[in-house]
Amino acid sequence: MNTSPPNARQYNSRLGLILFAIYLILYLGFVFINAFAADWMEKIVLAGLNLAIVYGFALIVIALLLAGVYGLLCRAEPSETSSKQESGQ
Amino acid sequence: MIYDPSWTAVVVFLLFVVGTVGLSFFLGRRAKSSEGYFAAHGQIPWVVNGVAFAGDYLSAASFLGICGMIAAYGYDGFLYSIGFLAGWIVALFVIAEPMKRLGRFTFADALDAQFNSRGIKGAAGISTLVVSVFYLIPQMVGAGSLIQPLLGYPHWVGVVMVGVVVITIVVTAGMVSTTWVQFLKGSLLVIFSFILVIMLLQRGFSTNDTAFETIGPIAAGQLDGEQISGREVLPPDDGWRPPPAAVKITASSTTATVTQPAHGYADNDVVKIEGATEPSYNGNWTISNVTEDTYDYTMLTEQASPASGNPNASKILYVRLASVDQAGYDIFRVASIEGSNEVLMREGQTVSGAGDNKMINGAPNGTGPDQRQLQPIGYLSKLPNGQTETGPVGPISFFTTLNDSEIMLWSSDTIRHDDDTTTTVYYQKPTQGERVLRPGEHPKFKGIRSGKTTDRLNFLSLMLALFCGTASLPHILIRYYTVKDGAAARKSTIVGIATIGFFYILTLYLGLGAMTSGALDLTDSNMSAPLLANSIRSWLFAVISAIAFTTVLGTVSGLILASSGAVAHDLLDGVFGVKLSGPKQVRVAKIAAVIVGGIAIVLGVLFKELNVGYLVGWAFSVAASANLPALVMLLFWKGTTKQGIVASVLVGMISSLGWILLSADTYKSVYGIDPENAIAPFSQPGIVTIPLAFLTLIVVSLITRKPAEA
Repeated sequence: MNTSPPNARQYNSRLGLILFAIYLILYLGFVFINAFAADWMEKIVLAGLNLAIVYGFALIVIALLLAGVYGLLCRAEPSETSSKQESGQ
Repeated sequence: MIYDPSWTAVVVFLLFVVGTVGLSFFLGRRAKSSEGYFAAHGQIPWVVNGVAFAGDYLSAASFLGICGMIAAYGYDGFLYSIGFLAGWIVALFVIAEPMKRLGRFTFADALDAQFNSRGIKGAAGISTLVVSVFYLIPQMVGAGSLIQPLLGYPHWVGVVMVGVVVITIVVTAGMVSTTWVQFLKGSLLVIFSFILVIMLLQRGFSTNDTAFETIGPIAAGQLDGEQISGREVLPPDDGWRPPPAAVKITASSTTATVTQPAHGYADNDVVKIEGATEPSYNGNWTISNVTEDTYDYTMLTEQASPASGNPNASKILYVRLASVDQAGYDIFRVASIEGSNEVLMREGQTVSGAGDNKMINGAPNGTGPDQRQLQPIGYLSKLPNGQTETGPVGPISFFTTLNDSEIMLWSSDTIRHDDDTTTTVYYQKPTQGERVLRPGEHPKFKGIRSGKTTDRLNFLSLMLALFCGTASLPHILIRYYTVKDGAAARKSTIVGIATIGFFYILTLYLGLGAMTSGALDLTDSNMSAPLLANSIRSWLFAVISAIAFTTVLGTVSGLILASSGAVAHDLLDGVFGVKLSGPKQVRVAKIAAVIVGGIAIVLGVLFKELNVGYLVGWAFSVAASANLPALVMLLFWKGTTKQGIVASVLVGMISSLGWILLSADTYKSVYGIDPENAIAPFSQPGIVTIPLAFLTLIVVSLITRKPAEA
């Protein structure tokens, strides 16, 4: 799909926010379980590992995955000089 | 002994430092213009910049602090790893590209892009300085603790060494060489940590029950005899046992109930009862059914109730035995065996005095014949299925094995003597493996199990500050200006996340490996990772220490560069309107770097005693409160005005700083006054001050908004 440069920026910025929202929900889930139901964290959930380790590692691995997805899906943006006067969306 | 400074260590270490500084001289030759000095001409390849992000970010606190915290308490330190990494998601998805698009050299540039306001440059410049200095202190303190065991110099020498080397790097070269140093150090840190983890898994786990002696089970009644297993018992005077308290005792059948207001004992403590006319009441007893003012014990024969005479009670916790083949004494902590009146005595260690008068287990500190040293700690007491050795373990069975094992963690206690001096007693605490693999063991994180609202808020607040802090740290933000464009900024952030994420996964292995390595220093958990390396191969210790030291160098030079940019570019030029040519601005920045470096040296020496982790958490809180709200609102709300930004940065910075200075943690560890009097309800400010800064920006922007403004 051909898009004009400003649209590419809009697209990238929206993509970033969507991925951010996904990660935010996962992170909040982890933090709230720790804060309000700390006992859940010691339950064995997968391959003999408890939730604390599985969720913690998952948060790191998912961060890598989302970063990769973002890198792949982002569109090329206009060059530096033509974009100085605009702020982000 | 724990540390054994060797020539290999010194040589490897010096090679690293000389190599690093030499490289920075070599690369810095060309950096004469402002573009070169502050932003490396925007010509750093994105892969290099990405790894350099990791070099900047994986500071002494990440490497030494997190590993040390995990080694001492288990999983809790990993919460920092998770929060530190999650912050990068904010940086990548929200901040990276606009930052690159809007700014030129510094964070203030980006905030100020649409407004050209002195106020914004001033506020942002000051907040950069404040955050950088806060972040510098723990790095310098960490450097000092590394030098001490490695080269045998006192703490302050380490601090001064880092300061001088870093100032040299920054002054000679600026951003180009700083970036390459970061790249080198980031790669080395991750590679060698990975090697260490592989060797650790290869070694597997083994138990050790000979490092520290356990006596028993013996009858509780023997505890205050003259001898225990043939060794002389030292008298429990001079604070070693609390003075007896008068009590009332009643009995029903053989169960005696003692009434002793606010005794502070716990179930299974051993209490000595004396002074009752009826002899059956007297003796050493394991107590149960403890309430605030009463507890029970079981007598051997029935007795008339209540007890007559003047019965009194005192808890027996520590027993000192004269040492057989060494000077001083051996100390044991009493642990009762549940459901019996028998006890185990587990060996501990004591430290009193300081400097040249330091005493270990009642003998002078040292290696001589009449001297003693602290013994390394960190053993497994039981492996699953009664094994004594596991052989190599896999990355998953590492955790499952640990989960079913028993680990000897150590806690400490303070004994106050008659002349008001104190002795710190370190004692063993058998801990189920599953407890160290879950959050909530560290004193700072215990709150999540206490059910108290303020403790929960404190935890949420810390996790919020870590999440928001990364994307607002000035030395991270300036790294966006060293690459060519927004796409390169994005790509280098992705490389950074990959490198940092991989490293943080390793921290859990390193920390737990150190916990069971039998090599830890009781008094300095920051040294856990290097000591773990030492327990595997001694050359690894030299390499890991040298990397840790260059880690400090790298982070400190990034911070000093960010501060000098703030002074020369934001404050002098932007606020006071001192227009300088490129080379002159660079000269001013270099002078600023020397001054900030000097301040960092002084603070690093002054705050020697302070826990590295606290300060880093605070730097994140201040950065998140002062910088992030303004940055985010500028990007996403068209109604933002310059007054709004200035107010938000100042309110965020002052409120979070003020909160920290008035919090219980600071009262305790900085001023040394009773934390109960602290004004701030909990220690971490983020959950209050970040929203406050957002609110300030919105309110001030709405007030100052001109109808004509687009």
